[in-house]
Amino acid sequence: MYDRWVVTALLAWPLVAALLVLIVPGTRAKHVALAASLVEFGLSVPLWWHFAPDGGMQFLADAAWIAPWGIRYTVGVDGISLFMVLLTTFLMPLSVLGSWSYITKREPAFYGLLLVLTTGMIGVFVALDLFLFYVMWEVMLIPMYFIIGVWGGENRLYAAIKFFIYTFLGSLLMLVAILVLYFHVGRTTGTYSFAYTHILANLDNLGNLGWWLFGAFFLAFAIKVPMFPFHTWLPDAHVEAPTAGSVILAGVLLKMGTYGFLRFALPFFPAVALHQTVQLGIVALSLIGIIYGGLVAMVQPDFKKLVAYSSVSHLGFVMLGIWALTLQSVQGALLVMINHGISTGALFFLVGMIYERRHSRLIEAYGGIARVVPLFAAILTVVSLSSIGLPGTNGFVGEFLVLLGAFRTYPVATGLATTGVIIAAAYLLRALQRVIFNPLDKHENEKLTDLTPRELAVLVPLLACILWIGVYPKPFLTRMEPAAQHLIQQVRPGAAAAAPAASAR
Amino acid sequence: MSLDLSNYSQLLVALLPELVLTGWAMVLLLFVAWRHRTVTDLRIAGWLTLAALVSTGAAAWWLWWSVARTAGLAGMIAVDDFRWVTDWLFLGAAGLTVLISFSYLEREQLFAPEYYVLLVFATLGMMLMAAGEDLMVIFLGLELMSVAVYVLAGFDRRSPRSAEAALKYFLLGAFASGFLLYGIALIYGATGTTNLGFIGVQVSLMEGGGASVMLLAGLALLLIGFAFKVAAVPFHMWAPDVYDGAPTPVTAFMATGVKAAAFAALFRVLTEGFAQVAAWREIVWWLAVITMVGGNLFALAQRSLKRMLAYSSVAHAGYLLVAVAAGKAAGTSAFIVYLVAYTLMSLGAFALLAAKGRRGESDVLIDDLAGLATRRPWLAFALAVCMLSLLGFPGTAGFIGKWYILIAATSAGEYLLAVILVLASVVSAGYYLPVVMAMYMKPEPSDAAHADVRLGRLGDAAVAVAVAGLLVFGVWPNRLLDVAKAAGDSVRPAATASAPPSAPTPGR
Repeated sequence: MYDRWVVTALLAWPLVAALLVLIVPGTRAKHVALAASLVEFGLSVPLWWHFAPDGGMQFLADAAWIAPWGIRYTVGVDGISLFMVLLTTFLMPLSVLGSWSYITKREPAFYGLLLVLTTGMIGVFVALDLFLFYVMWEVMLIPMYFIIGVWGGENRLYAAIKFFIYTFLGSLLMLVAILVLYFHVGRTTGTYSFAYTHILANLDNLGNLGWWLFGAFFLAFAIKVPMFPFHTWLPDAHVEAPTAGSVILAGVLLKMGTYGFLRFALPFFPAVALHQTVQLGIVALSLIGIIYGGLVAMVQPDFKKLVAYSSVSHLGFVMLGIWALTLQSVQGALLVMINHGISTGALFFLVGMIYERRHSRLIEAYGGIARVVPLFAAILTVVSLSSIGLPGTNGFVGEFLVLLGAFRTYPVATGLATTGVIIAAAYLLRALQRVIFNPLDKHENEKLTDLTPRELAVLVPLLACILWIGVYPKPFLTRMEPAAQHLIQQVRPGAAAAAPAASAR
Repeated sequence: MSLDLSNYSQLLVALLPELVLTGWAMVLLLFVAWRHRTVTDLRIAGWLTLAALVSTGAAAWWLWWSVARTAGLAGMIAVDDFRWVTDWLFLGAAGLTVLISFSYLEREQLFAPEYYVLLVFATLGMMLMAAGEDLMVIFLGLELMSVAVYVLAGFDRRSPRSAEAALKYFLLGAFASGFLLYGIALIYGATGTTNLGFIGVQVSLMEGGGASVMLLAGLALLLIGFAFKVAAVPFHMWAPDVYDGAPTPVTAFMATGVKAAAFAALFRVLTEGFAQVAAWREIVWWLAVITMVGGNLFALAQRSLKRMLAYSSVAHAGYLLVAVAAGKAAGTSAFIVYLVAYTLMSLGAFALLAAKGRRGESDVLIDDLAGLATRRPWLAFALAVCMLSLLGFPGTAGFIGKWYILIAATSAGEYLLAVILVLASVVSAGYYLPVVMAMYMKPEPSDAAHADVRLGRLGDAAVAVAVAGLLVFGVWPNRLLDVAKAAGDSVRPAATASAPPSAPTPGR
């Protein structure tokens, strides 16, 4: 029973809840939103146990939608999307709680949009119909656009429209590519359908067309990831967005790009994706992302911008792991996707919390606050270390697996990527030192208050995950292994990696 | 039900919607001849017009429902689904225009019920254009429509801008009619007929696939005439000024109804008469590209909301031309779906502009909408939906329409055209989003800035209908798609008829 309705419920409930939020009195909006997002999380938790690692695509639901065009409502979850869905439902209640006192104007609208955004994000991860996927991909754009544009910082209008237009550009070209695929497969098989499995099963003899189609998908996903030359929307959007917006942007929205590569771009066009030039280009861009993102983060005076650029660096690891196509590297990439959601999400929360107290995001505005706000300082330290990838935290497991797996495919590139970890230590530790250590020389900082119970409630679950994945990642790895294996076989038949990562550790 | 058009009584049945509307037009003319002084007269005329439109729609519905088809020789009038569906479109556009006009005319003190008579005549002209199976009928319909709209454009006699718009529209429209007529004459010279079905057969019999110079010249002139009417770049020069100067409800009507009628006639002429001629495809291809690119870039530079909408309607003409260039039945169906969406979203947007403007909507800048969302949340929501639909955002009918055009283009192998269309859409985000941005993300300049933004109850109803339509068709377009598909299939070239080519039997 649960298996059949859970995904649909996960998609429908936030929309219902969004209406509820708009109906109840404005001051109650956040309470309803928190309850609704907790219910959503509660609904999704049993997925963890009901999920059968070897079961392929599960929790399927299917219904006719726009029959004349062969469009169906088809959703399902596999070892790749499971974690993305859980990550989304996990971050939502925290985001609501994190916005509790930060959002003071038009609260019902804000929480309503957050809930609509939830539907859009989950929809992207579970859609198994290309039309549905495209619709969801676009639908989550509008709430985010409003969240940045209405509740954002000073430069929010610019950031919002830039975010919108970048994503819109990529996705529209993808739309044309989807249509071309639809007609190509329709002509060869006689069945015109947007179903993911149908298109995947009948996609051969693309010839040169494959290059163009891959290009369109690549652009859409690369903008979202964001990969190196397409990343310029990210610092603006992250910095201007309100805390919850930044957390969701970093935690979930960026993963849509890498998820798109895993779900669509690679399985659809293995020949193009594995072509020497493409491989070289993407690995090079990932490397540039890792190193350039880190170096730029190092010189940011603004803590939030620093975290934003560190995302570019982390997502570079994900891309490297995906393209290396060994079992460890793909599992590692999936883990980095989760870890980045948790650690960077936590960092954005922390920056938001201190900003609420002091109304400055500049690193130099602080200094020595560990003595004033010890709890804050302790948590910031742990989270920063996990973002750097210290052994024992989640960051280590993910990046280590990526490097381990990628070394077999691209030894030189992996060697260079290792410097990314060092650079991460450089920018985060330096920032850490300047914010919480050093002498307490600014007297505005002497009156800072430490974390409230509500803020602790936001951070403790994240800390728990950091430690859990850092110490015992096996439950994660076993659940993603068959899916990763399947992906590798799809893309590179016969090259399935031998040693399962879970046992390698 | 099959109708023999050589039999007068059956011909009258085939012309039933037009006859009903003509009858109402006479009634309205008589009414306004006696009663044209007070607000009450104006209102009664408005309600009579609504009754006229509804009963005409019912007549078209009856013919559609009883599956009326021509038997034997095709006459000058088509009897097919395409005609009924486009009729509803014109009637719907006219109906929504009437709804916005009620409060607009009263507010701007245009106490002249002749307004409604002209609207009815223009609608009648549109219906004839879409029904015409013969170039002469199409031309007569076009003139009937155009003359009425020339007057409507200059309806605000006290406004010099409105007068300028009318004069400009009249002069350029007359030129366009001249081109069209000359084209018809040359085509007649080349084929010996003005009937589309016969032209199609004649063309297929010609050597070299109808590449005779006279025919091509005629076709080119015909295309220029239509390009003027739909405001395709580079024949769009009149559009922004005329749209800007005309009273806003009239602008809405021009941007939707008039454009729809010209496109409907263009579709019928090209598919039924000239399907065999390859030459027009390339012309339309380029026309579509420069219209999309030009329209969007010009719109990007506008700061006045009304001019922005005017240029955006040029851009949308470009999208529709993509459907024309894609050809085939899919293109025609896509055109209908797009037009339904476009009519709803444009009318919605113009209605809200009319609500904001006072004595000169052309002065409403996009930034003047700042903070509308706090003062008038529902109006702001409606305008936001219209803007997103114009942008082609999923969840709205505008997306379904654009998607259908993309389907038509990619199925015809026009990948490049599809790519240009989506890139042009990205550009359009640059001018539709600032409207949303102004309403939601900028503070209200003063407390009284939007105090008198009001549409009246009927205007609200029109906007509510438009927005509901946009959202419903955006999520559940199945029924609309079926109707559009049937209508698109009903317009097909004569040459596909099974008759042997030696005996020119007109198609269908």
